[in-house]
Amino acid sequence: MTPYELVKSARSGSRPTGLDYIANIVTDFMELHGDRRFADDPAIVGGVGRLGDTPVTVIAIEKGRTAKERARRNSGSPNPEGYRKALRLMKQAEKFGRPVICFVDTAGAFCGIGAEERGQGQAIAENLLEMSTLCVPIISVLVGEGGSGGALALAMADRVWMLENAVYSVISPEGCASILWKDAAKAPEAAASLGLTAADAKALGVIDKILPEKDLGQTPFYESLRRALEAELEGLSRDAELLTKRYDRFRAMGAAESLQKETV
Amino acid sequence: MMAFINFLKPKNQLEEGGRSALAVHQDAGEPEKTCPNCHKDIPLSKLWANQLVCPCGHHFRLKARQRLPMLTDKNSFHELFRSRRSSDPLQFPGYREKLETVRGISGENEAVICGAAKIGGVSCCVFLMEPYFMMGSMGSVVGEKIATLFEFATAHRLPVIGYTVSGGARMQEGLLSLMQMAKTSAAVKRHSDAGLLYIAVLTDPTTGGVTASFAMEADIILAEPGATVGFAGARVIEQTTRKALPREFQTSEFVLEHGFIDSIVPRASQKQVLTQLLKLHTGG
Repeated sequence: MTPYELVKSARSGSRPTGLDYIANIVTDFMELHGDRRFADDPAIVGGVGRLGDTPVTVIAIEKGRTAKERARRNSGSPNPEGYRKALRLMKQAEKFGRPVICFVDTAGAFCGIGAEERGQGQAIAENLLEMSTLCVPIISVLVGEGGSGGALALAMADRVWMLENAVYSVISPEGCASILWKDAAKAPEAAASLGLTAADAKALGVIDKILPEKDLGQTPFYESLRRALEAELEGLSRDAELLTKRYDRFRAMGAAESLQKETV
Repeated sequence: MMAFINFLKPKNQLEEGGRSALAVHQDAGEPEKTCPNCHKDIPLSKLWANQLVCPCGHHFRLKARQRLPMLTDKNSFHELFRSRRSSDPLQFPGYREKLETVRGISGENEAVICGAAKIGGVSCCVFLMEPYFMMGSMGSVVGEKIATLFEFATAHRLPVIGYTVSGGARMQEGLLSLMQMAKTSAAVKRHSDAGLLYIAVLTDPTTGGVTASFAMEADIILAEPGATVGFAGARVIEQTTRKALPREFQTSEFVLEHGFIDSIVPRASQKQVLTQLLKLHTGG
């Protein structure tokens, strides 16, 4: 598939959604609602459960499978209260020493009047700030669309994995084409230039691992993802340098190599 | 995109810029600038004597380097990381040429200038984003300079004053631009956890990935009057929601009313306010 075909496929609604991952990977899941500030955002589902034997906090963006569900869940475009709920659950995970697993699938943080009134930018900023020093392991898996800051707000993690046909981009190809070339029809060219495929993200060092989509949505697929998560958490949980490594992971991105040594 | 703001007319000379402001007389044929708020033609010398603020209160856009003398003590600014320039990591069509052009237009290597300075006698680190360099868009070098400045400030136990102006992440650097939100946030957090002060001053426009990272992460957030401050673009919101946008939507006044900034400070008072805040936090 071309990069733009990947984008369209990630949007198509044919892929498993956040709730599928929770149902097939996490046992004893109990959903916990609300941000304790304003509302409960159905675009983000969060709660506690077990990964194998280990208690974990799970947070997933859910687009909805039916038209009715998509309307209720705003097609997986979270409002500020969704990000604040996610942060509340992450802080709770930190308190009880549980790792955090995020499944990310969103076209982006919602662009709405209420979202601006309630501080969409501030909500995302606060997640980035707090996740940078959250004292438990965080693994984020991009399972479909990774739409800019709205995806990053759940992906400032120790490990970021991406399904092989998922996309991760700073802006939608249409948005990029209409801003740069005043022509949304040039979205395919924009998609090819933005470096939004899993292979591009891996080459840039933005993600750590590409997950094959063999048997996507089938039991063997979920089983192998669960085992991979368990194994990774095992290592991360014993890492005394977790926060330093998390800092360095993002610190290294886009560092100006040749100029880095400049004395200050 | 920017909402129409009704500024109050200055009632007297004091409000217009103070008695100490230079008396400026218009030379015949002097160039004028039309104010987008009051629609009057204002002679440039008068605007400059008033820090590029119209008598009606409209704050014109300033280049980062033009703000320096208004903000920092005389001869106190030492620029850091000036030589850092963007490469073209994605080989994005037209990006190299665009960078060359804007370097010429702005006279800057990148969309932010950083340094150490004194404000009201207090040592601090400052960063000022540059609107005439791709509208302050954040690519790898902007993120790198700001993160490095926060690390420098943490190591030297200095407060940070940051002037933001940005259209958001720089799409020509793709995901690497997006990651600068994470990188700068982590550096802000380390500075904050060290007990150090960070004050952000939001200027027109502060949007997108900059709003969703270091602009909204300061201990104290100030804004210039009438600046556009928001996350998503107003046009995108209109298209998404098909609703008329509220009056003054996404302005400094709007975000103050909704509780997301601490105060709106006109340009003429900024140095005094920043000095006062710095001294309150540094035992000066």
